[in-house]
Amino acid sequence: MLESSWPLLSVLIWLPIIGGALIFLLGDDKADRARLFALIVSGVTFVLSLGLIVGFEPGTAAMQFVEKTPWVEVLGVNYYLGVDGISMPLVVLSTFSTLLVVIAAGSKIQYRPSLYLACFLIMEGIMVGVFSALDAILFYVFWEAILVPMFLLIGIWGGAERIYATIKFFLYTFVGSVLMLVALIYLQFQAGSFDILEMYGLGLPLGTQIWLFVAFLLAFAIKVPMWPVHTWLPDAHVQAPTGGSVILAAIMLKIGGYGFVRFALPIVPEASMELDWLMIALSLVAVVYIGLVAMMQQDMKKLIAYSSIAHMGFVTLGFFIVFEIVVRTGGADGALLALEGAMVQMVSHGFISAAMFLCVGVLYDRMHTRMIGDYGGVAHRMPVFAGLFVLFAMANAGLPGTSGFVGEFMVILAAFQANFWYAFLAGLTLILGAAYTLWMVKRVAYGEVVNDKVDKLEDVDGREKLVLGVLAVAVLWLGIWPAPLIDIMEPSLAHLLEVVTDGL
Amino acid sequence: METLYLAIVLAPLLGAIAAGLFGRQLGRVGAHRVTIALVGLSTLLSLYVLWGFINGTRPVFDDTIYTWMVAGGLHFEIGFMVDQLTAMMMAVVTFVSLMVHIYTIGYMADEDHNWPSDSKLGPYAYQRFFSYISLFTFAMLMLVMANNFLQLFFAWEAVGLVSYLLIGFWMNRPTAVFANMKAFLVNRVGDFGFLLGIAAVVLYFGSLNYSEVFGAVAANPDQTMSIIGGAEWSVVTVAAILLFIGAMGKSAQVPLHVWLPDSMEGPTPISALIHAATMVTAGIFLVARMSPLFEFSEAALSFILVIGAVTALFMGLIGLVQRDIKRVVAYSTLSQLGYMVVALGVSAYAAGVFHLMTHAFFKALLFLGAGSVIIAMHHKQDMFEMGGLKKYMPVTYWTMLIGTLALIGFPGLSGFFSKDAIIEAVAHSDRAGATFAHWAVLLGVFVTALYSFRLLFLVFHGQERMDEHTRGHLHESPSVVTVPLMLLAIPSVLIGLFTVGPMVFGGWFGNAITVLPENDVLSAVGFETVVGFILHAFETPAIYLALAGFLTAWFLYVKRPELPAELQRRFPLPHRILERKYGFDELYLNGFAAAGRGLGTLFWRLGDVRLIDGLVVNGTARTIGRVAAVMRHAQTGYLYHYAFVMIIGLMVLLTWFVFAIR
Repeated sequence: MLESSWPLLSVLIWLPIIGGALIFLLGDDKADRARLFALIVSGVTFVLSLGLIVGFEPGTAAMQFVEKTPWVEVLGVNYYLGVDGISMPLVVLSTFSTLLVVIAAGSKIQYRPSLYLACFLIMEGIMVGVFSALDAILFYVFWEAILVPMFLLIGIWGGAERIYATIKFFLYTFVGSVLMLVALIYLQFQAGSFDILEMYGLGLPLGTQIWLFVAFLLAFAIKVPMWPVHTWLPDAHVQAPTGGSVILAAIMLKIGGYGFVRFALPIVPEASMELDWLMIALSLVAVVYIGLVAMMQQDMKKLIAYSSIAHMGFVTLGFFIVFEIVVRTGGADGALLALEGAMVQMVSHGFISAAMFLCVGVLYDRMHTRMIGDYGGVAHRMPVFAGLFVLFAMANAGLPGTSGFVGEFMVILAAFQANFWYAFLAGLTLILGAAYTLWMVKRVAYGEVVNDKVDKLEDVDGREKLVLGVLAVAVLWLGIWPAPLIDIMEPSLAHLLEVVTDGL
Repeated sequence: METLYLAIVLAPLLGAIAAGLFGRQLGRVGAHRVTIALVGLSTLLSLYVLWGFINGTRPVFDDTIYTWMVAGGLHFEIGFMVDQLTAMMMAVVTFVSLMVHIYTIGYMADEDHNWPSDSKLGPYAYQRFFSYISLFTFAMLMLVMANNFLQLFFAWEAVGLVSYLLIGFWMNRPTAVFANMKAFLVNRVGDFGFLLGIAAVVLYFGSLNYSEVFGAVAANPDQTMSIIGGAEWSVVTVAAILLFIGAMGKSAQVPLHVWLPDSMEGPTPISALIHAATMVTAGIFLVARMSPLFEFSEAALSFILVIGAVTALFMGLIGLVQRDIKRVVAYSTLSQLGYMVVALGVSAYAAGVFHLMTHAFFKALLFLGAGSVIIAMHHKQDMFEMGGLKKYMPVTYWTMLIGTLALIGFPGLSGFFSKDAIIEAVAHSDRAGATFAHWAVLLGVFVTALYSFRLLFLVFHGQERMDEHTRGHLHESPSVVTVPLMLLAIPSVLIGLFTVGPMVFGGWFGNAITVLPENDVLSAVGFETVVGFILHAFETPAIYLALAGFLTAWFLYVKRPELPAELQRRFPLPHRILERKYGFDELYLNGFAAAGRGLGTLFWRLGDVRLIDGLVVNGTARTIGRVAAVMRHAQTGYLYHYAFVMIIGLMVLLTWFVFAIR
């Protein structure tokens, strides 16, 4: 375990939270100052988070940048932070996405701008907390806390049916997390500590493991979200402001995936193996069923939301095919490929979904409609935007050379090692993903200019170009050279795999 | 050596970036100069590489350029394999690409007219087009130079992307943006198989690298796997057929051929470059490159043989009833691709690849010639509104005549050698399906000659059927158009004469192509001299079938031009079947696409909205709402009752859990 001489993770958590609180106190009268301040805070946080990459010790599965102090001593709860190769990329993804959202927000939000920005900064700190907490209660606190700013974002700046969407969002995620808390408390009894790492390898009886797994499953499956507990996501996205959608898709969904890999797989491995058929089935349903549903959406945000669910299907698929691969091939290589593919897919989806929602935001700001039918021939008026839009659409369709390809490719290669038919069904995304994405592109960007509103569209401005350009670079970088990311993750995932498949 | 190969690949990429991102600064002339200079450089270097292989001084290169990633013990790399097969492909790709680049200057000269005047896409469309064709050249080179499956798949999809962008280049046209989506999706169906094939290779042969995989295949060709129930399938056969499904998409084999005719919506230069000479032959290249794998599966090769034979004959037949000049050439391309696939199917890889090369020259020539006609006709493409163009456009006419003669297999021209080698190889093969394939390719010769001369007679001979305005403006195309035609005519005539000996029968490909001794039909065909090969042809039916096709076309379209309409009236059914293209489009649109949309709607409306949301979620919400409504009497405020529910729920659950489990 590598202690840190400098509490970098704490800074990444509390700097944005305190900054956010200050911005809120600054009030809306001096909106420009609030915006500048938010930009500085998120910028500094992002730059500091790069320190995680620079200072990261590769080649080890140990937790790094560890901080540990007693918090609630009576209950044995510690303020215990640390990252490994699994969580570190997600921390950086969080700070990166927040910075982009703050830049993209610009002066577009006129209603209570300081509260709006404060929500994002506070959420940023909480997200870093979720990914770096190594104490179960600390994790749970962050996990629940994140609902509050997101609830406010959708509830205050959302669309016409925001109340329905917030209640649905809240109910779903709340129902999920309560059971998880129960499970965590039970685990504390067993492990004698809330230390997550000590909960690994407890050797609990299978019956108990199954109960715990179900508790975790509900919490994490709702966040991912997996079919059939996914219906909150399209509504939440549709009602959320652009920035909210970006964070929701880029980070919040990853928390569910992260939960599976940090809790469910290593803490209850035998139950995970026992129920892997269910998880694989639900993942494949996500790819095929949701892919077909996405194709029929008339609302761009709903379409991208459904496409997110389909893409997250690859994450859960990658996590839960490991058992069959190990059993069938007798080696860990294919299983490692699956885990790595799932993790890459999470990071990649962070970039691509953020970019897609920002693209819809660009159009929505100008036309105040998300309906595909209201568009047509946008490329004639917004050539630069159209170029970027097509790039991100291709990434969403998993084109090689973009990040969208990497994770899906790895998971499909691995799935084939588990069962031909898993790969077959997962591979259908090649067709479905292209169908729903390109059909949208065709109707929105191509063709003749269809109406006066499209006729008056202005191309992306400097700020939008910057944000989308940065994402384009990220999408292409990960697509052309994913090795650095894999190298960071591999030791931790290999270690995880040992824990999970111990005794197989 | 690595630097040389990198330069060949990166030069067109550089041109694409320059013209694409800095088109405004470079201007039109700057953009085409930069891209042409860089593709020209790439061409010269490729020819130099090819020359090295011809005189035997250049060794085979197979090395990694950089490691994309290492995951799960598997190496994912970008690397080059340059051998005789690659060198030939590089030369063909860069040469045709260079011709097309030059030709484009003329073809796209009045590009502004193709865009609505207020479209912001219009002003830089010219530069964008050059950027795309250079990008295509880069991607195609990456494809043929790959030394592993990852890069192959990368480039495979990249050429698909550029094809998509170029078919939909005139994106204000609804037909174009329909055609490009169709092309991408149909190709994705093929890629779906391709990807599974790669997954099979990785699982059973443990690598993505060609030479390692081929070694593993040869070491253990008899592995089996089970897919459905207990039946055991040969791994090589499954992998080979899956990979070939990818090839069927790219090389437009039945039943994945439907995208190619529609791809004619794109500008003509790319029809020549992408949809005739290079990209669509990627599938042929793939199978030839993978010959060390395909050779071990008799079943897969038979499958390939039958698919190719069906495509060769039945797609050619559709060409007989097309009115659009480009579509005739497109169906001809489909049919010729079928010939190449037939050659692969009988293990005559060298003959297939040889036909790929000769076809690249004469088909690019025919497409560019058709484009020249289209320029003269002010972008009208209906052959029944043409006629008598010979005297207005002599260069276009004579070069197209050369291309046509090469295509139908006129003795001594390039297409003659390649097609005859294929027909002979099929005749000597005893593989399952070879008899059917032999009949198909023989009848195909008649059909080819018929539709080819039908085109030539309708366009260049007979009455002038165009309107007065168009007739008044008819003239030969500018030299940037005609010079590439002449330059392509030279290899269309000569290349076969010089290369058929070493390439097809002389084993020039060396280890680039593997043929098991018992499958070696080309040796069975036998070849001594070029003259002997030509003379032998007069003893076989193919040449007389071509002659018959020519005479039939002459009779129907020159001697008795009123006959075709009469025939159509007498025999409406065959004509209707061909016009409807055997109903594939209807089947896909009303069958698969409609079923997909129907399922999507069903899952959404019934599954998500009615069942999950309507019954479960909102039902729960309503229940909680009712409880909350009761509690509202006791509590005030909005957030409180959620907090209240939360706490009560938590307590109940905790209590239950502690009692139930401890």
